[in-house]
Parts: sequence; C-alpha cells; structure tokens
Amino acid sequence: MAMALRLYLLLIVFVSSAIVSFSLYEDQVGLMDWHQRYIGKVKHAVFHTQKTGRKRVIVSTEENVVASLDLRHGEIFWRHVLGTKDAIDGVDIALGKYVITLSSEGSMLRAWNLPDGQMVWETSLHSAQHSKSLLSVPVNLKFDKDYSILVFGGGYLHAVSPIDGELLWKKDFTAEGFEVQRVLQPLESSIVYVLGFLHSSEAIVYQIDSKSGEVVAEKSKAFPGRFSGEISAVSNDKVVVLDSTRSILVTISFVDGEISFQKTLISSLVEDSGEAEILSPLLSNMLAVKVNKRTIFVRVGDQGKLEMVDSLSDETAMSDSLPVADDQVAFASVHHEGSKIHLTVKLVDDLDTVLLRESIQMDQHRGRVDRVFINNYIKTDRSNGFRALIVMEDHSLLLLQQGAIVWSREEGLASVTDVTTAELPVEKDGVSVAKVEHTLVDWLKGHILKLKGSLLLASPEDVVAIQEMRMKSSGRSKLTRDHNGFRKLFIALTRAGKLFALHTGDGRIVWSTLLNSPACARPSGISLYQWQVPHHHAMDENPSVLVVGRCGSDSSSPGVLSFVDVYTGKEISSSDIGHSVVQVMPLPLFTDSTEQRLHLIADTDGHVHLYPKTPEALGIFQREFQNVYWYNVEGDDGIIRGHGMKSSCAGETADEYCFTTRELWTVVFPSESEKIISTLTRKPNEVVHTQAKVSTDQDVLYKYVSRNLLFVATVSPKGAGEIGSVTPEESALVVYLIDTVTGRILHRLSHQGCQGPVHAVFSENWVVYHYFNLRAHKYEVTVVEIYDQSRAENKNVWKLVLGKHNLTAPISSYSRPEMFTKSQSYFFPQSVKTIAVTSTAKGITSKQLLIGTIGDQILALDKRFVDPRRTLNPSQAEKEEGIIPLTDSLPIIPQSYITHSLKVEGLRGIVTAPAKLESTTHVFAYGVDLFYTRLAPSKTYDSLTDDFSYALLLITIVALVAAIYITWALSEKKELSEKWR
Amino acid sequence: MYLGRTVKVFGSRESELLVDDDEFGLEGAKPQSTQQQTPTTRKRYSDPDSDSKVQFTLEHGFGDSHFSPAGTFSARLKSWSHGGKTLTKLRFSRNGFSDEEKDTFKNLLTGDDFYRIRVPSSVISPPGKEFVVASVRAASLSLPFLRCLPRDGLDEHFVIHMEGANILAASYGSLGACQYPRQFKLPAKWSFNSHTILKCSEQAPRTPIFTEEILGGENADGEVEPPPERSFWAKYWMYLIPLGLVVMNAVTQATNMAEEQTGGQAGGSQVQQSARRR
Repeated sequence: MAMALRLYLLLIVFVSSAIVSFSLYEDQVGLMDWHQRYIGKVKHAVFHTQKTGRKRVIVSTEENVVASLDLRHGEIFWRHVLGTKDAIDGVDIALGKYVITLSSEGSMLRAWNLPDGQMVWETSLHSAQHSKSLLSVPVNLKFDKDYSILVFGGGYLHAVSPIDGELLWKKDFTAEGFEVQRVLQPLESSIVYVLGFLHSSEAIVYQIDSKSGEVVAEKSKAFPGRFSGEISAVSNDKVVVLDSTRSILVTISFVDGEISFQKTLISSLVEDSGEAEILSPLLSNMLAVKVNKRTIFVRVGDQGKLEMVDSLSDETAMSDSLPVADDQVAFASVHHEGSKIHLTVKLVDDLDTVLLRESIQMDQHRGRVDRVFINNYIKTDRSNGFRALIVMEDHSLLLLQQGAIVWSREEGLASVTDVTTAELPVEKDGVSVAKVEHTLVDWLKGHILKLKGSLLLASPEDVVAIQEMRMKSSGRSKLTRDHNGFRKLFIALTRAGKLFALHTGDGRIVWSTLLNSPACARPSGISLYQWQVPHHHAMDENPSVLVVGRCGSDSSSPGVLSFVDVYTGKEISSSDIGHSVVQVMPLPLFTDSTEQRLHLIADTDGHVHLYPKTPEALGIFQREFQNVYWYNVEGDDGIIRGHGMKSSCAGETADEYCFTTRELWTVVFPSESEKIISTLTRKPNEVVHTQAKVSTDQDVLYKYVSRNLLFVATVSPKGAGEIGSVTPEESALVVYLIDTVTGRILHRLSHQGCQGPVHAVFSENWVVYHYFNLRAHKYEVTVVEIYDQSRAENKNVWKLVLGKHNLTAPISSYSRPEMFTKSQSYFFPQSVKTIAVTSTAKGITSKQLLIGTIGDQILALDKRFVDPRRTLNPSQAEKEEGIIPLTDSLPIIPQSYITHSLKVEGLRGIVTAPAKLESTTHVFAYGVDLFYTRLAPSKTYDSLTDDFSYALLLITIVALVAAIYITWALSEKKELSEKWR
Repeated sequence: MYLGRTVKVFGSRESELLVDDDEFGLEGAKPQSTQQQTPTTRKRYSDPDSDSKVQFTLEHGFGDSHFSPAGTFSARLKSWSHGGKTLTKLRFSRNGFSDEEKDTFKNLLTGDDFYRIRVPSSVISPPGKEFVVASVRAASLSLPFLRCLPRDGLDEHFVIHMEGANILAASYGSLGACQYPRQFKLPAKWSFNSHTILKCSEQAPRTPIFTEEILGGENADGEVEPPPERSFWAKYWMYLIPLGLVVMNAVTQATNMAEEQTGGQAGGSQVQQSARRR
C-alpha cells in the first residue's frame, strides 16, 4: 500500500513538473502541418520502361538526390538524398535491376535496387587527384558476369563487378599532365579503350584487357597545337575535340591500331564563324556545335570528314540520341515560339525525317527549356511513340506525351534561398462567409459527428468522416485573412530566380512568377524583403515584396530590383539599378506615406543608395541622416567595419539618392589566430514584450535589448576545417558581441579546444550557439544572456512613483555600456544544421528553440533548458519560477520533434513568423523538402482547440435549461399539492 | 582573464596616477576559477628577460580630416615560454591640443561631428597594415554637465581589446552616460582626462560534467541520508481531509436520519420504548 501511495505521489510530482510536451496524436498529423517532397533540378535521367511492370524514370539532381519517379503520375517511388558534398556524377541502370550512381568526383559507387531503392552495395574507390569522372555501364540485359562497370575518377580506372560491387581491378592514370577523356568498351569486345591527352597536346590511347586490367597496347600521337577540354564522342571509334583556339574541330579516330587526326576549320562549315563550343548532347555520328549563337549539326563521315547538315536558332534544347527500331537513331529538340514550345523528334541519319512534331502550350513563368530527355515506346499500331522529360529554366520537371503535359513537378522549390511572409487579402463584403461555409444543418451535423467522436460513440466510418472533415476543414485553405492569422502566404525565392507564394493552409502554390529584367535575361535572385505592408490602407492597397537580384554571379555585377504584388503575383515594376549590390538594409521604422519601407543598398564602391527614389523618402531619410549607421563584415580579411553617413555623392554623380559614407570604427581580428566563421544579428522585426525579468527573490533584471548587436564567432584558422582535423590545443573558438554603432566589444568569450561550425540564434537579449568541443568529444550549446546594469537601480517602487527613474531616458550607444552577461554551456548530443527561434505577435509566449538536427528533423527545445540561471539544486522559489535543475546535457525528448515522423531532407533553413493569435507561431522549414506547421510553445492558452465540441456545449446548455424548467414545474406541482393537503 | 590597469594622465604632463583596480566593474566579472587569474603582475615585471617595451601612437582625426598623432601608448610586451605574447602595464600620454586643433575641435562640437581615433592593429610592427578605428560624436566627449563627472574638461575612456600582441578593437568614449539629444557645450578646460583599460578574452567556464558525480552522489546519499521522514499527517493529508469530510457527512446524515425517524415515528417508538421500559 505504502509503495503504491509513493508511486502515486511520484506520478503526481512527475506530472506537475513535466515539461509540457508538444507531441501530436496520430489523427492530428496533417491537420495544421504539411510536407512536400521534392528532388531538385534534374541533371541526368534514365528511363526504365522495357518491362511490363511500372514505368519509371531514374533521375539524379543538382541537390544530390537520386530518385525513381513514376512515369504516369510523376510521383516519387523512392528517393535518396546524398550528402551535400556527395555530388552525383553519373547514373545508370545495370543488369536491368540495379541503379548505379557515381558520386563524390568518382570516388563513391553505389547500387540501389531498382524497384524499392534499397542500397545493394556501396564501393568506395580510391582517388588521388581531381579529375573528370566517367561512368560506363555496359548495355546488356543478360546477367553476364563478364561485364564490369568501368569507372574513371580521381586518376584511376576501376572495374567493378555490378553484382556485388567488388573491385575487380584498377589501373593508375595519375601520371603528370595526363587527362583521361574517354573510356570506351565496344560491344562484344574484351578491350577497353582509354583515350587521354598528355599536356593537352598529345593523344594517347591505351588498350586494356577488360578481364585483367592489363595494358595490351599503347598508342600515342602528338598534336600540333593544343586541345581544349571539350570533347564529344560521336561513335565507338571517333571523338571530336575542339582545339584551344576554338576554331578547329579535330576528329580523332583511334580504334583500329593507329591514331589519326583530321582537322576541320569551323569557318569552312559556316560562314560567319566565331568561337565555337561543343554542346553536350551525345548524338551518334553527329555532333552539335554552338557557333555565333546558333546551333549547327555536324555529321561525322566514315573517314572523319565533317559536314554541316543543319542549323538551328540558339534557344533550342536537345536530347541525347536514342536508338529506335531498325538500327535508327533519333533525337529530340525543343524550341520556343511565343507561348508555345515545339517538340520535334528526328532521325539522326536523316534530319528531314520527322518522327514526331508536337506543339504544347507552356506557361510563360517556366522560362525556357533547359534539358530534354526522350524515351520511346511502341504504340498499338506498331509505330514509335515518344515521351519527353523536359527540365525548364525554373527547374520544374515536365513529362510531355502525345502533345500534352502529362505531369509537372515544381522542382524549383527544392532550392529555396530566401523566405518571407505576407498577409492574405482582407475578406471583403462581396465574399460572404456563408457561401464558403456550409449551411447550418451541415455545420450541426459536423459537430454532432465530432461529438460522437469525442464521446467514443463513433463507428469506424464516422471516424473516417471526422478525419476527412478535419483535413479539409472549411476555412483552412481560403484565400482571405482570418481572425487568428493562421492563413498566410510564405513567399519563397528559389535559386532559379522564381518566386513562389505558398498557402499556409495546405501548402499549395497560390502563384509563381519568374523574375525578368530589362538588363539581362535571367537575373539571379539574392534576397527578399517586405517592401510595402499596408496597415492603414489594407482594404485597397496590396502589399508587395522587393526582390533583389543581380545580373551575373559576380558580386560586382549590376543589381536588379523587382517589386512583386503579393496578392496577384504580378511584377509591379522591375528596374535595373545601375550599381552593384553588396548589402541590402531595410531601415527599421522608416516608412513613407504609402507605407513603403525605406531601404538602403550598399554597393562595391562604398556608396549607399536610398530606395524608394522619391523626394518624400529622401526627406524622411535626411531627418535621420545623422543617426544612420551600418557595418560590413569582410570575412576573408577578418575585419568588421562600421560606417556612418557622410554626405550626398553629389560631387561624383548627379544621383541625389546616393550617399557617401565614412568609416567610423573597425574591429580587426588577427589573421594568424582568428577567422570569422559566423555572424548573426537579431531579427529586425522581433517583438520583445518586457524589458524586465523578475526573478524569484523579487529582484529585477533588465534585459539589454539593443537592435545594434552583432554576434561574431571566430576560430583559429587551423580549426576552420573538418571536426577532428586539429588537436584541442590548436583550436579555439572566440565569440563576440559587438555594438554595431560604436564598434564596442560588449562581450568576448573564448572557448579553448573548441571548433566550429557554429550555428547560432539571437533573440531578445540572448544568444544560443552550437559548436564542437574537441576535449569532451561532444557538441556543446552555450547560452549568453546580456543584462543592463544601468537600469538595475530602478527597483524601488518609490522611485518609480516619484518618477526618479531612468527607464524613459533615451539610450545612446555612445554611453559607456553598463551591462553584465550570464552564460552557461551544455552538451548537446546531436549535430545541428540550423537553429531558429519561435516568434509570436507580442512576444509574451515563452520561446522555443527550433533545432534542425543532422537527421533532417526539427526539434523544439524550450528556452528554459538553456537558461543560464539553472543550478544544480534550485531552491523552492526557483523551482516555482520554472527553473529546471542543472544537467550537463540538454535532453532530446522524442515527442518534441515537431516534424514527427517526417524528414525535411537536406534541411537548410527554418523560418518562423508570428500569427495574430499570441500563442501561435508559424514554422516553415526548407531544404530539398518543404515543411510547415503551426506551433504553440506554451500551448494554445488563448483559444479553444479545433476539436472543441460546440455541439456538446450547446446540448449541455439546452439540457440544463430543460432540466431547470422540468424541476421548476415539478416543484410547482409539489408545492401546490403540499398546499392542498 | 582581465588585465585591467588604469592610467590617468592630466593634460600633457606626465604625471601618472597608477590605480591598480582590476576593472571598472562592467562586463560581468564572472566568478572565475582562481587558477585562471593572472598571477600578481609584480612578479612578472621582475623578470626582465622576456619583457620588451613597445610603443605605439594614437592618432586622431577631426571629422573627415586626416589622422595626426595625438599621443603615445607605451607598454610592456611579455613573451611567454609557450610562444604567446601579452601586453601589460599600458600607459598613455596624451599630447595637448594645439590652438589650431582647439578651433577644429570647436567646429566639430558645433557640427556634432565625429572625433576619430586609431591605433595600429599590431603593436609589434606599427604601423601595421590595418588600423583599429574608433570614433565618437564630439559632443558626447565634452560633458561637463553630467552628474557622473565632477571635473569639467574632456573626459576620455579607452577600452583596448587585445589578443596576444594584436589589438582587436578599441572602444572610445566618455566615462559616463551620453545623453540624447546631445547638448552643445564647450569644455571649460582643454585638458584630457584619459582612462585606459586593457582587456583580454575571457575564458569560457568548462561545461560541467557531473553525471558520475550525481550518480555517485545519489548512491551515497540514498543510504547515508534518506529524505527526512514526514509525519503521517504531512504525507496523507490529501486523503485524510476528504475522508474526514465523508465521515462527517455520513455522521450528520446518520444523525439526521435518526432525528427524522424519531420525528416521524415519534409516537410509535415512544410506545415501543415505553413498552420496553415496561
């Protein structure tokens, strides 16, 4: 009995002190979260359609994903995301059942089972140097052990058995100056030919026995001149190379004994020739060359003679050639014409024979066709049909068949680079709620169903109906603003320069737009800012976002600004700004009368430019001209510079929106001992609810809340590499908190024997950062909290009553800061990819750290766990305050993974945005996959849950009222009978 | 680890006042483990072999003007056996303002422009390739009206962050708080009160590892010191009170029932009772 009692007590204690867990019930999955799976921009595609089973295509992508897609619907059968450094070089199918991938510059060969994607074997190949990597899988469907996979990579040629991945032999080609260009094994031959160039001027062909790896013969021939690296293998015994002047095509024939060169001047093929470029498609006995923005097809004759057979306009994408029936070879080309694309499949030998010509209406916002992969099938009338997989400029993947788009995948979303949020339109009078909601009867029915569910009376069919009802709950995916702020748009900018608006309700794409610029064809997007967020004119003005892009990859290339309407996705205007973009600074609190946010853009010359370029904005800016400061981080030199505004750059240009700046402070990290690896500031739009923190002993701590704090982490240059590459003595991690107005170092802490990478999050008055401790062989998380000392005296109530406090005094960065920090370190058992923090509308709700773990999941960790005031034995008062006893490591509670069973593959970033409801925050995670959920770090204390049964409440009230009436009537009756007695 | 030394130099006179207080009490003087505290400085200075004297100049600029020398820092560079170097015993002597500089400074004050200073980023080979720059609004430097500053004059305060023999950053400003909006006031006396602080990086405390300790402690404590036995009442009050209530309820009901019975069947029972008595 006593034992039971004790257990019971223990349980009570446990329940009362248990950390509020945020796990979901199984039937809650998908109610407010969604998950989208992507693969990224496709690089290679191999079709697998021979068998009668499922038709599929194996693709490898630029996000290092190898996936098997259903050819009918475009769904993913299986997918594997390789590491970020494990780029896929080649993919093929061996033995008809294995998918072979070569990755990591030819040093990793893997076989995956074709139907289910299980890994069959993995072979790590020795690699000595950087080189091209070539994968050659024999094309035979028979299970023949004699054939091996030939892999060239890292200076070695390897022969690997396709059955178990065993390394059969390897041959060293690491000789100085020797570059292998082509590895070839003709069908039914036991000789492998390896063609390479020595010092780009001598062609060498090795003949290697495919069984033993012995060199059978070696031939070489010097070339008078130099080769460029571009090569096209046109047939089994010939390759065509471009020479270093890019004006001569050289045909090299090498199989039967001797090597022979045959030079052809490009100017003899086309009249107005310039620099030529060999295009990548592999066509048999033909090659495609790009000259003067035109694509010419050159046929290679038997004796290596070249002749031009056709020429096409530049904007044509071509596929590799594909054998069709009767020893014929066909290839596909796609070109644009207006809003249509034309797909043409021709025979390589006879370009006039068009096997297929189709025109398909194409969305303008997909841009041009980038890549084409074709596959043929036999129609019922025995003729050849073709399906084409095309990759568009916005990275989307489409399957074309019989003149229509069978399916499309928005693969651009796999490479999101920046995310911002936007509100939906306000519900206007025209759209009535009743029309969208159901009738009252339906509503009541629904609630009665729910009631049944909550009273455990529901039959299995009812449960299904309830679940379905919850999933598409009426207002979830409406395109209007809701009262709680749960419906929002996430605007995502992708690497391809496309902007997507995703609805938080169901994750669908509301609109998408590809950026355009008058200056260059496709600017690359850099970042995204909220440009105009109307509050006063919310009914009649649309918010807009600013997309900053640049023409070209270099940081000094001219920038492009584009303003996009959030409601419609239309580009309002796009301007070529004529200067480079190094840094974009939204000015806090500065908006003009149309509520456009003022932005400063710094260029490479040290000038800053004000946007929008209106006299009004200029007026606002000049009022605060003296108080605008900015800083830049020169990571390579280890210098952080602070700047102040100086004057208008009237002397140099006539542009009155351009300003010169001057250097006000510098922080110089000694290059021999410190290297900047991470910098971080607070989110500019973060809301801090209270400055004071009341501790248990009725003491007040004032948070040092400054928007001008910069967190910097540096490591010893030696320790900048991989974890474990240095000894603890050689590496130190130093963290700084720097005031960005004056350049003061407010806090500096060095961690000896620690190493990056540092992942940090900065919010309110605290920074939490994650790094590796080499001494303890563990990851650590350190929290630093900054408190203001200068306000610490304002504790006396009388002072506050009499107004003798300095709480309302303006704060100047030039005052000597009186602050102190508290910090504590904890071990954290996992490697981290990114950290974020929840943000709510008013900042009242307690915060959670959202840790993107190495397993691509997101862990929600209460900020209370990383409180520097945790002690080993907290006093009763401290326990009441919610201080958790100190432990040396942070707990990972499996239920607090907000991604539950899902994985956000290739996780890169987590974005949080407040909902209108104080308790709730939106969380959006992006990587190869996208994941969204709504989170309530302190539970939804300010609203009823979704499953709250209004019907039950109503019925209870009705029942109560009825009971009151009945009892009243009864008592009346009784009283009457009493009186009659 | 702090190496804080305060040197006060009045005007251009080399009259130094050495104050050996550790620091000004800012930047969370964390309770450091004592072994990380530097040994008393006197001892180190007595070792002349590894010490070398270094000097580097402070340069200043008014607004956007060029930098010109304004004073000299001198310090001892202590070389450690493990190859590290530390700077100790920093002194500063300030050159007084010339009349021309005074005028420029006045202009600076009227325009509330920046007064900028710089020191070389490496003290061993000055002038190094990079300078550590700091600046301050001139008006915030001349603050005779502030309550924290009894003297009237120019008050300056340097915090120099060092890493080995390199200067990372210099903070420059007045000693007290700087009010905003900045008030324009000319200094009464053209002399600088200079205060310098040298700061090295603080060592992070080691992450405590006490899994074993706790486990050990628990095992030991579990036998040696059992939690104090609470009284029966303290342990089971939450059961006893409802129980008591139930009992009381039952008792009152029982009494009520009895009363009812006595009231309802008064005659009969009396009869019975009387019958029994008889």
